[in-house]
Amino acid sequence: MSLNNPQGDDAPLDTSKRRGVGTEAAAQLPDGQGDTVVASIVTINRPVGEVFAHFRDFANLPTFMENVARIDVLDANRSHWVVKAPAGKTVEWDARITEEQRDRSIAWTSEDGADVANSGRIEFRDAGPRGTIVKLTIVYDPPGGVIGQWIAKLFQREPKIQSRRDLRRFKQLMETGEIATPAMNPKQFEEMGL
Amino acid sequence: MKALAWHGKHDVRIDNVPDPELVNPRDAIIKVTSTAICGSDLHLYDAYIPTLKAGDILGHEFMGEVVDVGPKSTLKKGQRVVVPFTIACGSCYHCGKHQYSACDNGNPADNQDIGQELYGHPMSGLFGYSHLTGGYAGGQAEYVRVPFSDVGPIVIPDGVADDKVLFLSDILPTGWQAAEYAEIEPGDTVAVWGCGPVGLFAVQSAFLQGAERVIAIDHFPHRLELAKKFGAETINFEETATYEALMEMTGGIGPDAVIDAVGLEAHGLFVDNVVDQIKASTFLGTDRTHAIRQAILACRKGGRVSMPAVYGGFVDKFPLGAFMEKGLTLKTGQTHVQHYMPALLNAIMEGKIDTEFMISHRMPLSEAPKGYDMFKNNQNEVTKIVLKPGLDR
Repeated sequence: MSLNNPQGDDAPLDTSKRRGVGTEAAAQLPDGQGDTVVASIVTINRPVGEVFAHFRDFANLPTFMENVARIDVLDANRSHWVVKAPAGKTVEWDARITEEQRDRSIAWTSEDGADVANSGRIEFRDAGPRGTIVKLTIVYDPPGGVIGQWIAKLFQREPKIQSRRDLRRFKQLMETGEIATPAMNPKQFEEMGL
Repeated sequence: MKALAWHGKHDVRIDNVPDPELVNPRDAIIKVTSTAICGSDLHLYDAYIPTLKAGDILGHEFMGEVVDVGPKSTLKKGQRVVVPFTIACGSCYHCGKHQYSACDNGNPADNQDIGQELYGHPMSGLFGYSHLTGGYAGGQAEYVRVPFSDVGPIVIPDGVADDKVLFLSDILPTGWQAAEYAEIEPGDTVAVWGCGPVGLFAVQSAFLQGAERVIAIDHFPHRLELAKKFGAETINFEETATYEALMEMTGGIGPDAVIDAVGLEAHGLFVDNVVDQIKASTFLGTDRTHAIRQAILACRKGGRVSMPAVYGGFVDKFPLGAFMEKGLTLKTGQTHVQHYMPALLNAIMEGKIDTEFMISHRMPLSEAPKGYDMFKNNQNEVTKIVLKPGLDR
């Protein structure tokens, strides 16, 4: 299900220590762009059809993607994303689905004029009695390069951290019907973010 | 409401905080009637566990009355329940295998990062036990928000006193699981380090699971007396050379299984322990581990090591060579409380397990800070303190 890794071992491309894997990843995605690749993976104890359908309805995504402020669905293949960035800012882009296989994968790329150029793919694989393996790969151009990425990490809005947490919340929602929180009341839950 | 909050090392206070409310559909709100101070709360009190924040409400052994329920809770208002200290969803892969303390979903997504970094995988959420385990407010309070209330809490029949069943929340299942992990065979001799509440329940459990002999090791005479009451032979490690005594008491074979119910704050003036204490106090190491080292050396060849004791981080001088050469097996972990609760409730109701002997002190919630101090400084007499918020009302 993953991108090809020319290395010779069986490890996923995004775990390679080689330089330049971000560009290699972009080259393997339809209309891929960006030079930095991050990936997160989770196994969800629900059938693949159910997991895919919930994700494919993009209006559902902000309920478990904490940094996604809003998604406007423009048409069957295009949507407008408003995403929280460090220091209280937001970044926006239009995303276009470049490839979709029902119950298997959705690939996207951002259109011209994006605040942060990005592309990627979310893959779904039937894992039998263990449910569904969901892998999210994001290739992007970190704003401000390495320094910008470091600042984003500091504010915990780095795509690697965010996508790992978002997939955990997606899993919680699919498996338990709710998102775990230590909040003592609904107001605190609101204030804590997801 | 009133709640016992941590403010720093040896500084716990009764704070006034807003009452908890329902947040998620499977939640319930419990009005606490009894809540105990656990030995592992002393690890928090002594600031051995990282990621506590000032104002965090402690307590993970509690029970009470259901006063509010979310639409997906299966509990009913007015029911009395004991709440397991592990927060588990009941629907993930691990819960399906009854490995509740490994639940994938009980720990909030952001808090899971710490466990992932520290241990490789995040564990379940726990009540009142730092942000590593979710940052959930604990049970040493008048009210508690209980997530996944359709999975965890067990309903207690009318007429059964709190003091009989409270320990289903943690220490009884923990002692029982410790004995189960020792894989006791008929005729076995089991040695238990530590006669705190978990050790004492491990002694009872080991006999119920078929041990012929149990040897209990501690240095508090009163605790050794309690172990003796349940049929254990005892060793006071301050007066006796423990390894030598164990060998003589087992014909030179060693105990078939050993249980470490002491954990990361082992007492005693041993060279390795003093070194550990210095390292812990300077943060070069986190855990003081004399008990587990001695247990491994004493265990018979091919025997089993069960470790219910709490460890948080890294240890030096772990006798890995002895462990490998003797071909030992180690089983450990936080307790899968939900798995054991129903059978242990039955065992209590049938009188097979004595629980009330454990309680040495009962006091109102408002006196909890005094309780922590007593528990820390007088472990001979203080075996278990149960706080009763009702005594304040």
